[in-house]
Amino acid sequence: MSRSLGEMTLPKLIYRGAEAEIYLEDWFGSLAVRKSRIPKPYRVPELDTAIRRTRTLHETSLMHEARKIGIPVPIIQCLDPEASTFVMEHINGPTLKDELHKVSPEIRRSRCRELGRLVAEMHEGGVVHGDLTISNVLSEEGKLFLIDFGLGDFSTGIEDRGVDLLLLNRAMKSTHVKFHGEIFGAFLKGYCAVVGKKRHTETVNKMREIERRGRYSERA
Amino acid sequence: MYCLGIESTAHTFGASVVSDRGDVLSDIRDVYVSRPGTGIHPREAAEHHSEVAATVVSKALIEAGVSGRELDGVAVALGPGLGPCLRVGATVARAIAACFRKPFIPVNHAIGHIEIGSLTTGAVDPLVVLVSGGHTAIVAFSGGKWRIFGETEDITLGNLYDMFAREINLPSPAGPEIERLAEKSTRFIPLPYVVKGNDVSYSGLLTASLSKLRAGATLEDTCYSMQEVSCSMLAEAVERSLAYTRKNELLLTGGVAANRTLQKKLSDVAALHDAVPRIVDRRYTGDCGAQIAWTGMLALRAHETEPIANSRVRSRWRLEDVQISWRNDVA
Repeated sequence: MSRSLGEMTLPKLIYRGAEAEIYLEDWFGSLAVRKSRIPKPYRVPELDTAIRRTRTLHETSLMHEARKIGIPVPIIQCLDPEASTFVMEHINGPTLKDELHKVSPEIRRSRCRELGRLVAEMHEGGVVHGDLTISNVLSEEGKLFLIDFGLGDFSTGIEDRGVDLLLLNRAMKSTHVKFHGEIFGAFLKGYCAVVGKKRHTETVNKMREIERRGRYSERA
Repeated sequence: MYCLGIESTAHTFGASVVSDRGDVLSDIRDVYVSRPGTGIHPREAAEHHSEVAATVVSKALIEAGVSGRELDGVAVALGPGLGPCLRVGATVARAIAACFRKPFIPVNHAIGHIEIGSLTTGAVDPLVVLVSGGHTAIVAFSGGKWRIFGETEDITLGNLYDMFAREINLPSPAGPEIERLAEKSTRFIPLPYVVKGNDVSYSGLLTASLSKLRAGATLEDTCYSMQEVSCSMLAEAVERSLAYTRKNELLLTGGVAANRTLQKKLSDVAALHDAVPRIVDRRYTGDCGAQIAWTGMLALRAHETEPIANSRVRSRWRLEDVQISWRNDVA
């Protein structure tokens, strides 16, 4: 069903990843985002349907859990596991990756400190993101939202937490070379303020250990 | 120019002569076959290699019509592989190079799979899927080296098939037999499907496949389902890497590249991302001298030779550690 909201013709494809398509659409008169996992010709139908269904349920239950522990994530408005699709609130703002290029050093640091605080609270609440990059953080008038929990998990393991930090560090390094140290430092400050010195040191050490193992090096 | 290449990293002892124009003038091999239900025994394989080495090398020279004196270099796979097997090939190659006073060229076996794949398919700057007993890796060339974008976190796709086969007393390499059994079934049994980002993990799939079989599933259904799940997992990891790197060629190479289910699935992935699927010529999927001879030729032309006295086998030589001077980055 195609309708227009203001000047835009909806639904509108805004992103096509390897796994899912993201559409902007009209949800009872307001903007919403639909994430649909698309069928793959290289999987037999029974396997394909099961994988897309499971991942959709997994992702939405992680988002639900994150929300319960107080992490801003888009509100889920509709879930249709059989169609491997869900509709969520539209966050009106750029990715943190884009925003960091444009703002003052003070705001840059405060955003990253805030992200550190959120990730720490999410970890303390037993959720790991699994694909934590600054492209997966949206900023709406200074409020940060985490998105794309597709590779996340329910875990309190130090290894999983270390991977989150490592992925974020790598993403910051590759897109913000000049102030990478400054923004990751600010992130860690926020992280440490929530989890405490002891846990913070453990997690950062684990991140370094995983990096040394090499599986995660030289990928991007 | 002519280059002799010697391969002895695992079960195959092979020798081949190639020209600098990329013509494979000969490609002779003799394969050690393990007893059903057992894997490669490194010492027995090495004994096999020493017994057949002289015959295989002379056949390769005679068939190519090239004498030892006419060679421009002698290449050998110094790794990665089984130590005792590698030492046989290394010793033979050192002796020939020393005897005829020819340049000695160490070759990484995995790079050999990539280069013979590129030669026989015309691939220029592909995303490479290297699948064999020793490797399951997704790599692309950048900054003078092959970079790993995804790989197995535990056993390789070749291992999965061989270890499954060993438990049910089939000989290895078992890929072709598993493929044949799989063709007799279309009944899908759910098995663990584990993709983590661009990486795959096959150890859980092996355990689950064996336990389904022991719980009464037929061999055909199990082979079919294991093959479907393992190849689909790799296809998904490849799709992620392809979307990320935006390469427009997808090269499938290595021993397991002969698997038709895998070929079909990776061609599907290529089509989804407007990439051209390129599959190594069937004659060169398995380990062979030609992959070493041709890579040796490329290295020789780039003056990448090594004094014989310094040559050591490197059983854990990783392909991303090899600095490559004969390829250019394609922007």
